[in-house]
Amino acid sequence: MKRRAVFAMLACLLVGMLLAYSGRAAAQTVRAVMQAEVTYLDPHWTTADITQVHGYLVYDTLFAMDEHGNPQPQMVDTYRLSADRLIYTFTLRDGLKWHDGKPVRSADVVASLKRWAVNDAAGQKLMARTASLEAVNDKTFVLKLKEPYGLTIRALGKEYSYVPFILPERQAVQGLSKPFEGEVIGSGPFMFAANEWVPGAKSVYVKFKDYVPRKEPASYYAGGKRVNVERVEFLVIPDQSTAVAALDKGEVDFLDRPQMDQWPLLRKNANVGMYRADISQMQLHPNHLVPPFNNVKARQALMLMVNQQDYLRAIIGDPANWRTCYSFLGCKGWLETEAGADLLKKQDLEKAKQLLAEAGYKGEKIVVMAPSDRPTYNAAAMTTAAMLRKLGVNVDLQAMDWGTLTSRRPIKDPPSKNPAGWHIFHTATGYAGIKDPWGHANVSTACDKAWFGWPCSPRASKALEELGDLNPGTEAFKKTLTEYHTALMENIPYVPLGETFLYAAYRKDRLSNIIETPHTVFWNLVKK
Amino acid sequence: MLAYILRRILATLPVMGIVVVFVFLLVRIAPGDPAAIIAGDYATPETIQKIRVGLGLDKPIHIQFQIYVMNLIRGDLGRSLHSQLPVRQLIQQRLEPTAALAVSTLTFAVCLAIPLGILAAWKAGSFIDRAVMVFAVGGFSIPAFWLGFLLIYTFSVKLDLLPVQGYVSFRQGFLPFIQHLILPTLTLGLIYMALLARIARASVLEVLQSDYIRTANAKGVRPISVLFVHALKNAAVPVVTTIGVGFALLIGGVVITESVFALPGLGRLTVDAVLQRDYSIIQGVTLIFSFVYALVNLLVDLSYTLFDPRIRY
Repeated sequence: MKRRAVFAMLACLLVGMLLAYSGRAAAQTVRAVMQAEVTYLDPHWTTADITQVHGYLVYDTLFAMDEHGNPQPQMVDTYRLSADRLIYTFTLRDGLKWHDGKPVRSADVVASLKRWAVNDAAGQKLMARTASLEAVNDKTFVLKLKEPYGLTIRALGKEYSYVPFILPERQAVQGLSKPFEGEVIGSGPFMFAANEWVPGAKSVYVKFKDYVPRKEPASYYAGGKRVNVERVEFLVIPDQSTAVAALDKGEVDFLDRPQMDQWPLLRKNANVGMYRADISQMQLHPNHLVPPFNNVKARQALMLMVNQQDYLRAIIGDPANWRTCYSFLGCKGWLETEAGADLLKKQDLEKAKQLLAEAGYKGEKIVVMAPSDRPTYNAAAMTTAAMLRKLGVNVDLQAMDWGTLTSRRPIKDPPSKNPAGWHIFHTATGYAGIKDPWGHANVSTACDKAWFGWPCSPRASKALEELGDLNPGTEAFKKTLTEYHTALMENIPYVPLGETFLYAAYRKDRLSNIIETPHTVFWNLVKK
Repeated sequence: MLAYILRRILATLPVMGIVVVFVFLLVRIAPGDPAAIIAGDYATPETIQKIRVGLGLDKPIHIQFQIYVMNLIRGDLGRSLHSQLPVRQLIQQRLEPTAALAVSTLTFAVCLAIPLGILAAWKAGSFIDRAVMVFAVGGFSIPAFWLGFLLIYTFSVKLDLLPVQGYVSFRQGFLPFIQHLILPTLTLGLIYMALLARIARASVLEVLQSDYIRTANAKGVRPISVLFVHALKNAAVPVVTTIGVGFALLIGGVVITESVFALPGLGRLTVDAVLQRDYSIIQGVTLIFSFVYALVNLLVDLSYTLFDPRIRY
């Protein structure tokens, strides 16, 4: 009898525990599952997108892009350009403070820009034209150019890796072989809660109460960064199904990049909203140093082989989530042009075979690297392998993880000499990158100094340099843009495979006023 | 006994030494470059090389090994190549969820599997025996991740009784701690339970054929006493051995379960470290797991003396 009473009590306790479960997040905390985990905290050290997201929360920038793609002053209050277009004088806004309470000074800005420019392509171009960059006093600094450079402000407002975040001087003077030492102290709208950081599991951002936002309304990364929540928690949920279930149950409020097989499920959920967070240009990169792709005819064969619709169906499926685009510089953007894109627009396998033969291809193995842990790149690699086989190519499709691929792609040797060599890999670039060829490493045609694949086109590089100094909308700009894009189409640094849409999902019954940016920012949004 | 324990502990030292060398070389031979992963997709080869130098990965391998061993002797497991945090701190952060899951799984599995195995042995050949064995085969065959998803769908999504994911430390409340552990424990425990139930059944069945059991029955001893006092004690050695050997199964299962339920444990730390080529963490975690496994085996061997007084060390 006594034993039965004990068992009954234990059963009631268990049921009570189950019924008492309530997994809802606190009202002023936003719980988000981001595209990756925050592991690196130094945004000048790594190009990892999630670190740039971290940067946007914790740090601030001199300029920032608005929704029209124009750089707007952010930390800068006013600036003027001398009549000879060589001297920029910047004045910082009032009220800028570090998270430790100290004021932001010009010295911090100068050191940060110099550090940022070491690794960043846009920064390197700017510094190559810079005679001096110095602080005049705590609020004013001067940039003196050797020659006029029309992309100065655009470079300072760069929105993707590496974003020119401003760090405290004591960290900004540290080298870039390692991440900076010391606490994460920014001047942005959120503070990083280092004591709650569990790398690979959780990172926490707390509202910086002393942040002074600009008066303008928020617009993309620009404008007033008004924070309406107390905390933002980034949770790592490795499994996508679990993450979607957690969003459904309200255990999390936001999913940064749900995988495409979850989109139909999310769209069916009445409590979930989705928006297009980014557009990604899929790319096929041949190795320009290795036969047969060191011959432009072989690269032209790749262009003729590709039917963008086939690739996009294989990668994403539903046509509602992709679009074809025959421009290296993105479609519906400020640099859109299809100059020279004839080879890309119409598939011609017979012509492709002929060009391959003319390029000297004689049946040797063509190594295509396929990263099985990146579904979209893997799908692209499979499609390429299948299409190459239709051309009679002897394909060696090698499955590996992304880590292995990134360690092999710096290898310039052909596979016949080095087993780790390669002919083709696939990747993608976000929209911010593809519409900024000056800062976008993938489209560089700087030969030995170019990105992996090492495309070489002095003609394209020259046209790009000239384009940077022209005013958009002018006849000279359009003409140079045509020249640049034609040169790219003739050199074929990579083959554009079309554009896919990337989404974010959120609980629309809880979150509103989300600014729809590729790097999700958590200011402006309101949580009920 | 003390001498035996000391001898066993000393015997683990050469084993740990081999593990240290083996893991150090293996992670560096495997393809992948942590500097390239850190630098990110858009970094140039020059940037990657700078990072490689900054992290000391450009040094000759024997120099890297020397530095690693010297630090290890001082108890320093090094720093994560990626987060730059001490490996010891990262392991400490992740230890509690894994330990909680392992203990709850072990407790759950042992408490259910052994009575089930005994019941199956006692009713050998009957429907109950067949049902327990089907359960054992099924439990061992079901993939852990599939079971996890099924439990999430049933108890979290449809019935809204338990959380989908995450871990809450017992310091933040016993109730949420238990609630977050129930489904992961069921997921991992079922597989472990299946293994133990089979071994318990086989072991008890063999013992039940013994003369002293026949004598006990003939003397009118109650069946429950025969089973749990006489038979189980004599059948315990293989069962305890299986618990120890199954610990390796548990470690493997913990990785999957932690991923499905987003538990921030050592299993996920290891998987992430392998994917990111974070050599320091891989080395540190492997060392810890090896030591714990050696310790578990020692405890299993020592526990034999509790069940069989003839065993003396």
